Amino acid sequence: MKLYVLIPFLPLAAFIINILLGKEVLRNKAHWPSCLAIIGSFIISVITLFDVINGRVINEDLYTWIISGKFQVSIGFLVDQLTAVMLIVVTCVGSLIHIYSIGYMHGDKGYYRFFAYMSLFVFFMLMLVMANNFLLLYVGWEGVGLCSYFLIGFWYEKRAAADAGKKAFIVNRFGDFGFALGIFMIFLTFGTIHYAPVFSEVKNFVGHTVNFLGFEVDLITLIALLLFCGAVGKSAQIPLHVWLPDAMEGPTPVSALIHAATMVTAGVFMVARCNAIFSLSPDAMIVVAIVGAITSLLAATIACVQNDIKRIIAYSTLSHLGMMFIACGVGAYAAGVFHLYTHAFFKALLFLAAGSVIHAVVHNDIQRMGGLKKYMPITYAVMFIGALSAGGIPGLAGFFSKDEIIWSAFASHSEVGKFVWIMLTAVAFFTPFYSFRMIFLTFHGKFRGTHHEEHHLHESPNVMTIPLMILAAGAIAAGWAGIPSVLGGGAHFAHFLEPVVGHPEFHGTHAQEFGVMGLSTTIALIGLVIAFVFYIRKTDIPVMLARKFKFFYVVLFNKYFVDELYNLIIIKPTFWIARKFLVGFTDAKIIEGIVNGVPKAIGVFSNKLRRVHTGIVHHYGIFMAAGAFFIILYVLLWR
Amino acid sequence: MVPLSWYMLLSLAVFTIGVFGFLTRRNIILMFMSIELMLNAVNINLIAISHYMQDLRGQILALFIIAVAAAEAAIGLAIVIALFRNKATAHVDEVQELKG
Amino acid sequence: MILELFFAYFAFAIIVLSIVVITRRNPVHSVLWMLLLFFHIASVYLFLNAEFMAAVQLIVYAGGIMVLFLFVVLLVHIKEEIKISKFIGAWSAGFTFAAALFVVVALSLRSFVVAPPGKYTIELIQQETHTKALGKLLYTEFLFPFEIAALILTVAIVGALVLAKRRLKS
Repeated sequence: MKLYVLIPFLPLAAFIINILLGKEVLRNKAHWPSCLAIIGSFIISVITLFDVINGRVINEDLYTWIISGKFQVSIGFLVDQLTAVMLIVVTCVGSLIHIYSIGYMHGDKGYYRFFAYMSLFVFFMLMLVMANNFLLLYVGWEGVGLCSYFLIGFWYEKRAAADAGKKAFIVNRFGDFGFALGIFMIFLTFGTIHYAPVFSEVKNFVGHTVNFLGFEVDLITLIALLLFCGAVGKSAQIPLHVWLPDAMEGPTPVSALIHAATMVTAGVFMVARCNAIFSLSPDAMIVVAIVGAITSLLAATIACVQNDIKRIIAYSTLSHLGMMFIACGVGAYAAGVFHLYTHAFFKALLFLAAGSVIHAVVHNDIQRMGGLKKYMPITYAVMFIGALSAGGIPGLAGFFSKDEIIWSAFASHSEVGKFVWIMLTAVAFFTPFYSFRMIFLTFHGKFRGTHHEEHHLHESPNVMTIPLMILAAGAIAAGWAGIPSVLGGGAHFAHFLEPVVGHPEFHGTHAQEFGVMGLSTTIALIGLVIAFVFYIRKTDIPVMLARKFKFFYVVLFNKYFVDELYNLIIIKPTFWIARKFLVGFTDAKIIEGIVNGVPKAIGVFSNKLRRVHTGIVHHYGIFMAAGAFFIILYVLLWR
Repeated sequence: MVPLSWYMLLSLAVFTIGVFGFLTRRNIILMFMSIELMLNAVNINLIAISHYMQDLRGQILALFIIAVAAAEAAIGLAIVIALFRNKATAHVDEVQELKG
Repeated sequence: MILELFFAYFAFAIIVLSIVVITRRNPVHSVLWMLLLFFHIASVYLFLNAEFMAAVQLIVYAGGIMVLFLFVVLLVHIKEEIKISKFIGAWSAGFTFAAALFVVVALSLRSFVVAPPGKYTIELIQQETHTKALGKLLYTEFLFPFEIAALILTVAIVGALVLAKRRLKS
């Protein structure tokens, strides 16, 4: 019995049950199939993880999907160390978020729909991580994008939500276009799109060049960059990051599951999966690292001035995703995946805790919150843990993974290693600052909302707080799997992933490692203290700073005007062409000309032809005889 | 021994007469009889060829043609009755409602 | 020589009778001439060693179909029929195409090639009797088409009833 096959298909079954029966039969019990399915998947994932730890890597084709000439694709699963980690992340965090959603979505009229989409999402995500070829990966890739669209626009009556869904979908198209081209290039180069042959043969193509858009470019660099296009879209890196903050219009569990823990990390997963390709192209690696570093720093600075609690966490997610790409870009794939794994816990925790807060105050603006500590102590506690973990305070999950990335950047052979290390150190300052700014504004001080709102404040039900507490435990302890050797740990996580992603070569001494670690930790603590001073002790300082550096404040508050820039250079010209040219000329003249002209011509012709129909049987008989005569004559004379 | 082509020419002659009758008679009953003539011509042909080829399958085919002819005659004559009841005529050229 | 003479007689009679059948003004006469025509065709079948087919020709055509025609003809007014012209106005067009068809098919007969003979020699059929040989073939190799023919006849009967019966209530 191949048990692991059930992992993706249990959620698919739950989706089918929910979409068929949810509305009429299950109604407010619609969570049962979805929750049971994902918990079942989690249990099987744990069994699979132990199998993999014992060295049983599965790479199996279950069903031949497409055969077209040389092009052969099967539905097959690859379960190795990397996949096992992803399975645990998706199903473990997913299970907790599903349970949390029972409380959060309670009473919503789209209750069954929500759980149906969640299950469908989990199915596609699991297909994505378990695929053993690029096409199946692409199916999962597009499938999670589709579910993301459904769930961002879940409250579709709200215009902002519907628009945000469309925006996410359209922006992702840009990235996926490149990703599809990358898969085409892989097929053209290798003649197959299955992982194993591609990754083993790629080293034979070092130094080959190919003509792309008139330029001779290095083949492997081209493939790597095209694949990275997809990762940029899916993981919301600059310049395609604009959709993720808007995606916060969806329900908060969706933000936690899709836009923090799983889907957006698919890009990192894909880069780590294709490390054989990326490692052979130093240029592509530099691009990955630089894009990650820029995204990380810009998102961290934007997060410092936002007032929407979910958007702050969304920018924090962007920043952390950027760090994962930095890790991949400097060759420390294991560190990137390690951060992906710890990030899933503490970021899902932050989102769900924010959801708990929103559940109580019914809006997202942290300027109108404050003093929630005494109303919701559990939420406060877990969110504090999450912020500590995200901020990289020693001992918690986030610290170990972040520290490993910073050290990898410093110690790697990459040409841009030192540059991204400086950026990362800056990010290390901003992360605790904005995290604790959010915490202090939300939970400390006096409540700044209306009396009516204050009356409504309450702690969330157990079904929501228990998953929060479990996630908080994860946010503390998840990182202990990868304590670096310099701190006396075994770096088990990196060793576990070594068969898949290899071992990066670092040059640096233990003293340097301690120095880097100490520097980033000190900076993180400074950020925390500054947040404490700004938002608890001397609350007039931020206002004064904002007034004094008005230019910086406005730029940051408007997210560097990227949306406005895109509006000007892409959206406006597109609309202009559509209105002036497509509607006025192509549609009105050409298409309608054809659409109306063809029936008109047919009408004229058939009016002539109807004369033949006299209604007299003999005439038809004569036509028949004449037809027979001419056919026989033709056969007789020309055959 | 009579050559096969004689039978075929006979069959062809009867068939052509049937075609002529079908194309020119006004009475619908005579048109049906012309069709029966054509079918009989085909039967003559089939049975003659069957005989000369020493293969009985041609006669099986003729048998089926007779069966179909019977069915066709039954339906056709029912149509004649229905037509006569509705139009009080058996002349086909007076019925041209199907005009385009 | 005898065979050729007999064939010449029957062929001549068949062609003449066919012409007579389609040129009678009175449909009743046509039907009666056609009856005679069918007897001649049945005789031709006998020359071709197909006794069973000859019997079927007489029973089904002469006995069944022609009687049916006669009934229907008697339902239709014959008096008027005799007064008006029997052919349509453009009978020459019909004649032209029928004649043209005759010519081209006759020309194409030259290229007709007989396939190698099968196993049903005259001796075999005479030894086994024609009816038995035909029946064996019909109920084994052609059983399925035979059943379909039965279905077609059933449908025809039901269809004829539906078409010909009077409307119960208009």
